[in-house]
Amino acid sequence: MAIELNVNGKVHSVDVPNDKPLLWVLREDVGLTGTKFGCGIAQCGACTVHLDGQPMRSCIMPASAAAGMKITTVEGVESPAAMAIRTAWRELDVVQCGYCQSGQMMSATALLESNTSPTDDDIDNAMRGNLCRCATYQRIRAAIHRAADELEA
Amino acid sequence: MLGKIDTRHLVRPALSRRSFLTVVGLSGAGFMIGCSDSSDTEPLAETGPADAPQPATQSAMGPFVRIGSDNTVTVLIKHLDKGQGVTTGLPTIVAEELDADWSQMRAEFAPADPTRYNNLFFGPFQATGGSTSIANSWTQLRQAAAGARSMLVDAAAARWQVPAADIVVAKGVVSHAASGNEASFGELASAAADMTPPAEPALKDPKDFTLIGTHVSRLDSNAKTDGSAIYTLDVTRPGMLTAVVQHPPKFGATVASFDPTAALDVPGVSEVVEIPRGVAVLADSFWSAKKGRDALEVVWAEADAEQRDSSELLDEYKALAEQASLPARSDGDVSAALASADNVVRREYAVPFLAHATMEPMDCVVELREDVCEIWTGAQLQTGDQMVAAHITGLQPEQVIINTEFAGGSFGRRAVPGSDYVAEAVTIAKAIDGRAPVKLIWTREDDMASGFYRPMSYHIMEGALDSDGNIGAWRHRLAVQSILAGTAFEGMIQDGIDSASVEGSRGLPYAIPNLQVDLYDVADVGVPVLWWRSVGHTQNGYVTEAFIDELAVQAGKDPYELRRELLKDHPRHLGVLELAAEKAGWGEDLGPGRGRGIAMHESFGSFVAEVVDVTVNEGGEFSVDRVVCAVDCGIAINPDVIRAQMEGGIGYGLSAALREEVTLAGGEVQQRNFDRYRPLRIDEMPDIDVHIVPSAEAPTGVGEPGVPPLAPALVNALADATGRRIYRMPIGDQLEA
Ligand code: FES
Ligand code: FES
Repeated sequence: MAIELNVNGKVHSVDVPNDKPLLWVLREDVGLTGTKFGCGIAQCGACTVHLDGQPMRSCIMPASAAAGMKITTVEGVESPAAMAIRTAWRELDVVQCGYCQSGQMMSATALLESNTSPTDDDIDNAMRGNLCRCATYQRIRAAIHRAADELEA
Repeated sequence: MLGKIDTRHLVRPALSRRSFLTVVGLSGAGFMIGCSDSSDTEPLAETGPADAPQPATQSAMGPFVRIGSDNTVTVLIKHLDKGQGVTTGLPTIVAEELDADWSQMRAEFAPADPTRYNNLFFGPFQATGGSTSIANSWTQLRQAAAGARSMLVDAAAARWQVPAADIVVAKGVVSHAASGNEASFGELASAAADMTPPAEPALKDPKDFTLIGTHVSRLDSNAKTDGSAIYTLDVTRPGMLTAVVQHPPKFGATVASFDPTAALDVPGVSEVVEIPRGVAVLADSFWSAKKGRDALEVVWAEADAEQRDSSELLDEYKALAEQASLPARSDGDVSAALASADNVVRREYAVPFLAHATMEPMDCVVELREDVCEIWTGAQLQTGDQMVAAHITGLQPEQVIINTEFAGGSFGRRAVPGSDYVAEAVTIAKAIDGRAPVKLIWTREDDMASGFYRPMSYHIMEGALDSDGNIGAWRHRLAVQSILAGTAFEGMIQDGIDSASVEGSRGLPYAIPNLQVDLYDVADVGVPVLWWRSVGHTQNGYVTEAFIDELAVQAGKDPYELRRELLKDHPRHLGVLELAAEKAGWGEDLGPGRGRGIAMHESFGSFVAEVVDVTVNEGGEFSVDRVVCAVDCGIAINPDVIRAQMEGGIGYGLSAALREEVTLAGGEVQQRNFDRYRPLRIDEMPDIDVHIVPSAEAPTGVGEPGVPPLAPALVNALADATGRRIYRMPIGDQLEA
């Protein structure tokens, strides 16, 4: 079925099965591969994107349900919070294999957009859904704090 | 992970005599500088339309270093980067000897070619593993870079007509003070490539290092934070089909029959093909292929399949451990010492199967063209993958092109002797006659239930204490499956002993006069096993360091002091032990409900000690509050990458110790996704404080050695807090009972 998706500010018209998850439509039909597949059952967060600014697991959401919403992926996220997150991630060299990091950054960006000075508990709550098998968690926490400080400054 | 690989045991002999001699005759990279094909000096970029800006040309300075007319220095990375940081570590070595500026450094994965890019520790075999990437590249890349530097200097000397000895190189600038001449690497590159490389380039005195040991930012950080880094999952080829496979539910089951009708009815599905390990559904997208796979009806022949529960297996292992008699180490007379001892402490430990559970499930892209098989994957054993693909396609290994991609984790999983998922992808591409490129994607369920596992093991420990609390004897008997048996690397098993089974036990450094390690090599278990981040050290580090701790407490001694006494002749072990204890404040009173444990372990030539602090509540629930880690890995090339690998290794080890376990019911894996296999999450990550022992020794690896001390330090901390010891991994809710 043909649907229109607004991804990173651009409208894409795609013809896909109506149960095809947004994750795979983004990757295969829109051509944006920064959003990753890790589990397919909303347990790992590798597929996190923003829908109207809210972090969502795109692996379980049919793309058809996202029609009419603003979809933002790691390639297109550029709010001040997103820029602060990206900068902090780079300054602290958070990444190891990097595979989970698109999802981590999308969750972290959404956190900072709603909470400019998160506590450790806030970070736990916002980031608990994002697995990192390389266990970069200590740096993720530090980078979120650093990005928050940058935004406050 | 591996020792020298004897290629006679591989699928088929792959290397021509000529290439083999090249490798054997190789004393270091200096030999190779300037020996590359002329094609290497061709510009890499296609020439664009006439009005386009001239693309940068690249000059090869041997097989490892290319310098661009745009002043970039590209290091060809012969290893896989799965997060451990070789795309930063190896360029650091090059930049140091080349006197380059860090901002001009780039990294690119080398092609698969064992004649140029073999792992020097493994013979003529390109591979990443055993935490060897830095160690085996250290001298090779220093020589390669020093040679390239000398060629740049010679080119400048010729251009400026001045003596080479008066030329200085610093931060990417070549200069001659007296004449005031100055040039960038880029300006000199093409002339330098024509210079004769020195036979034995002079290497820097380590005291003159300016980059090594300092902080440089990771070269892969940018691409991995804007979505542009390409993993295998992201590779697309024109006309590509995606394949999803129905694997057998039990290890060793085969396809009896299948009905493709329902699968073929799914829109987008184009083909259903039987392969040796299941049935593959090909479609125009992952979603259609997966829906087709899920609709497929397969009848399995299970006569030869593993059908037991893991609990039954564990009972068998327990009985077999009693019979362990393959001698892995024998010092003194353990039987006599145990028989005559005042006090013999005997403990048994059970360690489960574990999944690697990389964040990126296994995947591989294959394109068959006339006389070429081209592969895109996070290749870890490139030479083995080439041989396997050649065997399947009937091509020569040189006709198999491998594009090594960033891997979303490996932890050992991508180094498979039979190249399981690569072979699967090539087989599928061949089954459709190469009609379209194929991208094989394993779902998480495939990855968890159809893969390879850290072997399960059972251990019986005995220690003899005399009346002064000295350890007079130590016996370790274990039952475990061999990783190498039945693989192409079987020839590396010596006297019936797979070193992966006993590593971390037979090398016990403690001064104990009577010491014996006996193995029972378990056969006839259908579960495929593989090296899992730190391999045998994962189980043996746990049991040996947990047991010595318990012996210390039984002997009325401080566990740290006892270790110190027994390590007098091992300065590097002692060094990390003392540093970790000092930084952690060993000996201070922690107050009620808290505990502190220590463990120390050497693996892959690196030494790591960890001190774990826990808080345990009345109900037995606990949190891991802090881990202090000390590491000695020789010269610390990238201290921040070393810290990151210790943090990651500790998190990985903690994840396993807390909850990870793969169990079988009737032969079927019960943990098929992250709902039941539940890795560590951010709220459980302790504060980790890493300290690096200054060292002038040659550098060794850091990808694995952070893992082994964590589990024993944790159970020792829990024992300190509660008096209760953990003999069965994972810890789970055992303390809550
Ligand atoms: S892939 Fe969506 S949460 Fe794991
Ligand atoms: S960086 Fe590898 S999974 Fe997070």
